[in-house]
Amino acid sequence: MKKSLLQPVVVGAGPAGVRAAQTLVAYGVRPVVVDEAPRAGGQIYRRPPSNFKRPAQTLYGFEAARALAVHSTFDTLTNQIDYRPDSLVWNAQSGLLDVLHGPTQTTQRLPYQQLIVATGATDRVLPIPGWTLPGVYTLGGAQVALKFQGCAIGRQVVFMGTGPLLYLVAYQYAKAGVNVAAVLDTARLSDQLSAMPALLTQPAVLFKGMYYVAWLRAQGVVLHSGVRPLHVLGQTRVQAVVWHDGEKELTLACDAIGFGYALRSETQLADLLGCQFAFDPLQRSHLPERDGAGRASVAGVYLAGDGAGIMGADAAEWAGELAALALLTDNGVAVDSARARVLEQKLRQLRRFRTGLERAFPFPQNWAAQAPDDLVVCRCENITAGELRRTAQTSGADELNRLKALTRVGMGRCQGRICGVAAAEILAQATGQSVEQVGRLRGQAPIKPIPIHLVHASAPGVNA
Amino acid sequence: MTVKPIQTDVAIMGGGIVGSSAALALRRMGMQVVLLERDLCGSRSSGVNYGGVRRQGRPLSQLPLAQRAHRIWAELPRLIGTDGEYQRSGHFKIARSDADLAALEQYRTQSQDFDLGLEILSGSRLHTHCPWLGGKAVGGSLCAEDGQANPRLVSPAFALAAQRAGAQIFERSPVDEVTHDGQLFTLRSGAALQVQAPMLINCAGAWAGDLAAQFGEAVPLCARHPAMAVTEPLPFFMVWSLGVEGGGIYCRQVARGNLVLGGGSGVALDADRARSGRDAIAALSVQAVELLPALRHAHFIRTWSGTEGYLPDRQPVLGLSQTTPGLIHGFGFSGAGFQIGPAVGEVLAELARDGRSSTPIEAFSIERFLPAHAGPA
Ligand SMILES: Cc1cc2nc3c(=O)[nH]c(=O)nc-3n(C[C@H](O)[C@H](O)[C@H](O)COP(=O)(O)OP(=O)(O)OC[C@H]3O[C@@H](n4cnc5c(N)ncnc54)[C@H](O)[C@@H]3O)c2cc1C
Ligand SMILES: Cc1cc2nc3c(=O)[nH]c(=O)nc-3n(C[C@H](O)[C@H](O)[C@H](O)COP(=O)(O)OP(=O)(O)OC[C@H]3O[C@@H](n4cnc5c(N)ncnc54)[C@H](O)[C@@H]3O)c2cc1C
Repeated sequence: MKKSLLQPVVVGAGPAGVRAAQTLVAYGVRPVVVDEAPRAGGQIYRRPPSNFKRPAQTLYGFEAARALAVHSTFDTLTNQIDYRPDSLVWNAQSGLLDVLHGPTQTTQRLPYQQLIVATGATDRVLPIPGWTLPGVYTLGGAQVALKFQGCAIGRQVVFMGTGPLLYLVAYQYAKAGVNVAAVLDTARLSDQLSAMPALLTQPAVLFKGMYYVAWLRAQGVVLHSGVRPLHVLGQTRVQAVVWHDGEKELTLACDAIGFGYALRSETQLADLLGCQFAFDPLQRSHLPERDGAGRASVAGVYLAGDGAGIMGADAAEWAGELAALALLTDNGVAVDSARARVLEQKLRQLRRFRTGLERAFPFPQNWAAQAPDDLVVCRCENITAGELRRTAQTSGADELNRLKALTRVGMGRCQGRICGVAAAEILAQATGQSVEQVGRLRGQAPIKPIPIHLVHASAPGVNA
Repeated sequence: MTVKPIQTDVAIMGGGIVGSSAALALRRMGMQVVLLERDLCGSRSSGVNYGGVRRQGRPLSQLPLAQRAHRIWAELPRLIGTDGEYQRSGHFKIARSDADLAALEQYRTQSQDFDLGLEILSGSRLHTHCPWLGGKAVGGSLCAEDGQANPRLVSPAFALAAQRAGAQIFERSPVDEVTHDGQLFTLRSGAALQVQAPMLINCAGAWAGDLAAQFGEAVPLCARHPAMAVTEPLPFFMVWSLGVEGGGIYCRQVARGNLVLGGGSGVALDADRARSGRDAIAALSVQAVELLPALRHAHFIRTWSGTEGYLPDRQPVLGLSQTTPGLIHGFGFSGAGFQIGPAVGEVLAELARDGRSSTPIEAFSIERFLPAHAGPA
C-alpha cells in the first residue's frame, strides 16, 4: 500500500463513521475523522456534554450496550486517528473539503483522496397547519433535547406522525417521567399486520418495537392509529392538537408536540462531491448511488450509513465497516474478504426488514392532496402550499429547482433540508407527476450557513 | 427520419433572456417563430445572474441599446405580466481612491449625451447618504434610475409571454444539428423534432460558438463563471445596488432582506455547470465586510455561479452573419447581458424582419473577429 497516498477522511462519527474509522485503524491506517457534533456517537448514540451524568441505561435504554460499545470503540481510537469534533464540512471541491471549526469559527482546507461519507439523517417533516408554533418539535429534535440536554419539550406532550421513532421517543419520554398525552400514528393497524412477515426477519428489533407499544399501553398512554393530523392550535404556543380518526374530528390539549415521518438522508455532501443520484422508491427520495460495498459513482468516495439511505443504526455499523474494507481493497490492501461478504449479506437481508418497516409505517401518500392552501411549507421564507400550487399551474414549473427559483421555497437558512420533502410532494400532486419525476433540489455550498467573517479568516493573503 | 418539419418564419436557438425576448418581439411584429431551448427557458445565465439592471459603466457603444432596454424595463408588467421585482432603486458605483473617482467623473462627462443622470457623491455627502458604507469608499457615482430585478422571475417570464403571444417554445429540446440548403435552415432536436425556417437566430449564450463556427464564423468565445453568494435576510438598510470602480465586488439587498453578492470567478464542473469556488467565496467575504461593515456578523446561506459567454473585448456579437444569409447572431454578452437583453431581443427581431436595426449595433458585428477583418500583420 502506498501509505503516503492513503489519508482517508471519514465525515461523520455516528455508528457508520466510528466503525469505518475502527476498521481503517485495524489495518494500520490513520484516518481523519470529522464530525459536526462535539462528541462522537452520531444521532442515535448522541452523547450528552461530558459534565452530564445520566447513566447509559437511562439515556439509551435497550440500545445502551451498543451505545457503550460504539462510544468505547471510539474512545480507544482517539490516539490512532486525527479526530476533529465540532467541525462541519461545508463545501467540497477538487480533492479538498472545507471544514468549519465551530468554537473558533475558523475554516480549514482538508485534502482527501479517499473519503467515507457517513453524514447520517435528519427528520422527514410533513407540515400541518400550526407546525410553526413554539412547542412543536420534530421527533428527533424532541429526542435530542432529552438525550443531549436532559430536558423535555413540554409537560404534556403529544407524539404524532409515523415511523419507528414515534413509539420509541414516546417511550423514552414516558420513561423519563413526562406525561405523554397521546401517540397519534398515521399508519393503520392493518399496515402493521401486513408488514409482519417482513418484520419477522429481524425478530429482536420487532419485539423491541412491540415492547415499546405494549409498555406505553400498560402505562395508560393513549395510542391512536390511522389518524389524519389536521392542525395544531394555539396563539403564542401550542395549546392543543386536532386530528381526524376516520369518523370524526378530535381535539386534545397539550403543551408540546413531537412529530415526524421517519427520516431523510443528509445527502448534500455526496451531491457536492459529484455523486450520481437515483430515485429510491422505498425511501421515496433521490439518493446517491453506491454498490453493495458502498462505493459511490465518484472514484475514491464511499457512502455508509443513513446518509446514503435509511437503514438504521445496526446497518450503519456494518456499512461503515464494509465501506472501509472496500476503500482498503481499492488501495491494494488485502482485507478479510470473508468478513466483507458477511457484511454485504447482512445488509442485503436487512433490506427485507426495511421493506416491512415502510409497510408498517407507510408514508402518508395523500398528505399533499390534503394540505390546505394556507399551510406554510417553507418556514424560512414563509411559502405556502397554495403559493406552490399556483406557481406550478401558472408557470408550468414541473421540476423542483424551477419551483424553488420562482417561489423561494428552500431558499432560506435550511436550504430545503426541512421543507424539501414537502415541497416535492406538493409539486408532484399539483402537476400530476410522481415525486420521482419532480426531481430533487440540487445541493449548493455551504451545506449549512457559514459566518462571513469566518471565511474571511482563510481568504487568500489574509491568514496564509 | 420521418418527422414532418415544423415550418416557421424564424427559428431561435436558445431560450435565455435574449432568445425569449426576440421570440416575443417577433410575435408582436406578427411573425411566426419557433424557439428551441435545450433545458428550461431562463435556467442558464439569464436566470442565475446577479440581477443588476444598470446602464452606468457600460461602454458608450452599448448605451443606445441600454437606453432602449431601459424603456422596456419600465414597461415590464404590461409586456410580460410581472414586474419581476424590478426596481429603479439606484445603482451606486463606488470609488476607493481619488483616481477611481476621477474615472467616474470622466465617464459621466463621456456619457453626457445619453441622459443617464449620473450624480457624483463624495465627502460628507457620501456619508450622509450612505452611513452604512465602510471606510474604504471616498466617493461614488449614482445613477438613480438604474436598479435591480430578480432574474429567476424575469427571464422565464419573457419566454412565457412569448408563448402566450403565439411563439412555439420547445423546452428540453437541444438543437443537435443545423443544416442550411441555401434557402432554409433545418434544425433537428432528437428524433422527434425538426424545424425549418429561412431565418435562424443564434442566441445560445456561452454555447453559441459552434453554430457560428459551422457557418465559417469562428469567434474567440469562451465561458466564464461569475461567482455569487447570498446572505440570510438582514434588517433592510440599503436600496442601492452597489458596484465598485475597477470591479471586484457588487452587492444589493433584496426586499426580503438578503444581500446578494457577486465578484470573482467560480469554477466549471463541466461544459454546462459551474459553482462559486472557495477562493471566490473567501475573497467576496473579505470585500463584502470592507464595503459594508454591517455584514460582519451575517452568514452566507447559499452560493452559485453560471456559465456565460465572453469575448475578448467584452462586447457581444450582435448582428447579421457575414457568411450566411438568414443567420443572425446575438451572443457573448460578457457578463452584462441581462439589462440589455430585452432590447437585444427587439433588435434581433428587427434584423429578422428588416435586415437592419433601428438601434446602432455596428460595434458588435461578428466581422471584427473574422480573418478578412484582421488588420495588416
Ligand atoms: C434525531 C435522530 C434521532 C434518532 N434516534 C434513533 C433512535 O433512538 N433509535 C434508532 O434506532 N435510530 C434512531 N435514529 C436513526 C439513527 O440515528 C441512525 O440509524 C444511525 O444513527 C445512523 O448512523 P449513521 O452513522 O449513518 O449516522 P448518524 O448517527 O446520524 O451520524 C452522522 C454524523 O455525521 C455528522 N455530520 C453530518 N453531516 C456532516 C457534515 N457536513 N460535516 C461534519 N459532520 C457531519 C453528524 O453530526 C453526525 O454526528 C435517529 C435519527 C435521528 C436523525
Ligand atoms: C452569475 C452571473 C451574473 C451576472 N450578472 C449580471 C448582471 O448583474 N447584470 C447583467 O446585465 N448581466 C449579468 N450577467 C450576464 C447575463 O446574465 C447574460 O449576459 C445574459 O443572461 C445572457 O443571456 P443569453 O440569453 O445570451 O444567454 P443564456 O441565458 O445563457 O441563454 C442561452 C440559452 O441557450 C441554450 N442553449 C445552448 N445550446 C443550445 C442548443 N444546442 N440547443 C438549444 N438550446 C441551447 C442554453 O440552455 C441557454 O438557456 C451575469 C451572468 C452570470 C452567469
